[in-house]
Amino acid sequence: MSRARHGAGGRWVRGVLFALALVLLAFPFYWALVASLTPEATLFRQPSLWPRELILDHYRALFATRNFWLPIRNSLVVAGTTTVFCVAVGALAAYALARLTFRGKTAILSLILAVTMFPQISIVSPLYLVLRALHLIDTYPGLVLPYLTFAMPLTVWLLVGFFRHLPRDLEEAAFVDGASRWETFVRVTLPLAAPGLATTAILTFIYCWNELLFALSFTLGPERQTVPVAIALFRGQYQVPWGEILAASVVATLPVAVMALVFQRRIVQGLTAGAVKG
Amino acid sequence: MKRTAPASLERGEARLGWGLVIPALAVILLIALFPLAWTLWESLHQHDLRMPWLGRPFVGLRNYAAILHDQRFWHALAHTAFFTAASVTLELVLGLFLALALDRTFRGRGVVRAAVLIPWAIPTVVAALLWRFMFDSQAGIANAVLMDAGLLHHPIVWLVRATTAWVPVILADVWKTTPFVALLLLAGLQTIDRSLYEAAATDGAGGWWQLWHITLPLLRPAILVVLIFRTLDAFRVFDLIYVLTSGGPGTSTEPIALYAFNALLQNLEFGYGSALSVVIFLVTFGLALLYIKGLGADVTGSGARR
Repeated sequence: MSRARHGAGGRWVRGVLFALALVLLAFPFYWALVASLTPEATLFRQPSLWPRELILDHYRALFATRNFWLPIRNSLVVAGTTTVFCVAVGALAAYALARLTFRGKTAILSLILAVTMFPQISIVSPLYLVLRALHLIDTYPGLVLPYLTFAMPLTVWLLVGFFRHLPRDLEEAAFVDGASRWETFVRVTLPLAAPGLATTAILTFIYCWNELLFALSFTLGPERQTVPVAIALFRGQYQVPWGEILAASVVATLPVAVMALVFQRRIVQGLTAGAVKG
Repeated sequence: MKRTAPASLERGEARLGWGLVIPALAVILLIALFPLAWTLWESLHQHDLRMPWLGRPFVGLRNYAAILHDQRFWHALAHTAFFTAASVTLELVLGLFLALALDRTFRGRGVVRAAVLIPWAIPTVVAALLWRFMFDSQAGIANAVLMDAGLLHHPIVWLVRATTAWVPVILADVWKTTPFVALLLLAGLQTIDRSLYEAAATDGAGGWWQLWHITLPLLRPAILVVLIFRTLDAFRVFDLIYVLTSGGPGTSTEPIALYAFNALLQNLEFGYGSALSVVIFLVTFGLALLYIKGLGADVTGSGARR
């Protein structure tokens, strides 16, 4: 009796706490969205939780005056190229590391994990000098190459996690039927691994889309700046142009937020498989 | 399979294995490890890109000696340590609460998981801007809320003093990362055998006893992994502070990664900046070793799987 009452009470408390946590998590987004739709004058006079007047001026200015399409295009090109390259090359390595036995495998895995923990700043200076010598500063390859430093170990690490969880039976069956390792990989493993490959691609893309330090270090002006750099360097003529900054923030958030919502189950699986043994 | 020459099969497998690994490995060696060695070499030189006529003389460990006497470095290190300790502690405690609550099945769990994932997925630059906006002295809602609640009489200009500037910085990091921490801990919780709780409950053990004697000890591996990833992440903090305070006022919230960045790309002191980068690398590496060797964290997960 008392147990049941306790249980019901606990559920209530938990429900309220959850609602509170959700509100706290969601509020900054709500507030940014509202503010991005509010006229600048109202914004500075008196912040109001409930918008009375919504306008699209900030978004219009963002694309018409500031040409925000340019950083979006740059980010798409750089993050897309990096992702495709890393998943393609990483899948081969991950398959070998997850499925084949050969000497040096553990050492390679440790090395890859160590590289994922590198502080990015520790390789900025040589990358800058190399890219400058090759005239690649402020170019797409000048961003994709540095991005491989964190994206490549990340994709391999995630994919090893996925490949390890694939059932072996089908592969072994194909193998026994006389298919070679390579055929088995292409015909059986890859199709089975498609969801894992997609998840890894999404995660890699998100990391590249969000990256700031390299993009800031290896670009010189708006021509090749990515979305995070463009937003971070937003300046107004007289005061901070909050309306446009927040509009840009909403635009920059949309693609990754949509991906996170659509693929939430997979993303959680990918993140936790790599980090927590289970 | 075993009946057909195992030795040659093994050799074939090794050849295929290396063949598949080499492209990725080459990329990693060429663009991550080789530059790291170069940073080390560069740090032994005096190399000022603004004064190319001075060349690039070898100075041995002189840059490192200079770091030891560099007040700005020690302050930056202290800022980083403070930021790491404060944010990781808060994230671990709050994340544990969230994970424990999420562990019970209830309606709307999918919604919660989605809500939890979005702060993790958005660019750090955006998170920093959202919080800078909320703590803006004029348009910020933080001042409005605190004044309405009677906690403040005058609006605070948060970013002009170091003590108050840390508030939005740490809140932003906690807001962005706690959900992620909760997800990792949740995955750990779900590996715990439920029958342990049932057995404890039939023996009359209460909720607290179960938390202390079952949940936390069994969650230790997951907690360690979270600690490692979050500590190393917080220690190289750059984006968040670059956007929120630019290390200011002055350099009073400047973390070491930002100091190294400024030395390299603002002042173009490549020798000294590289030495700072090497120090950051060594500290990070030391922290990782400490966790792995000292606390026995199993980050590779190799113990669990074949």
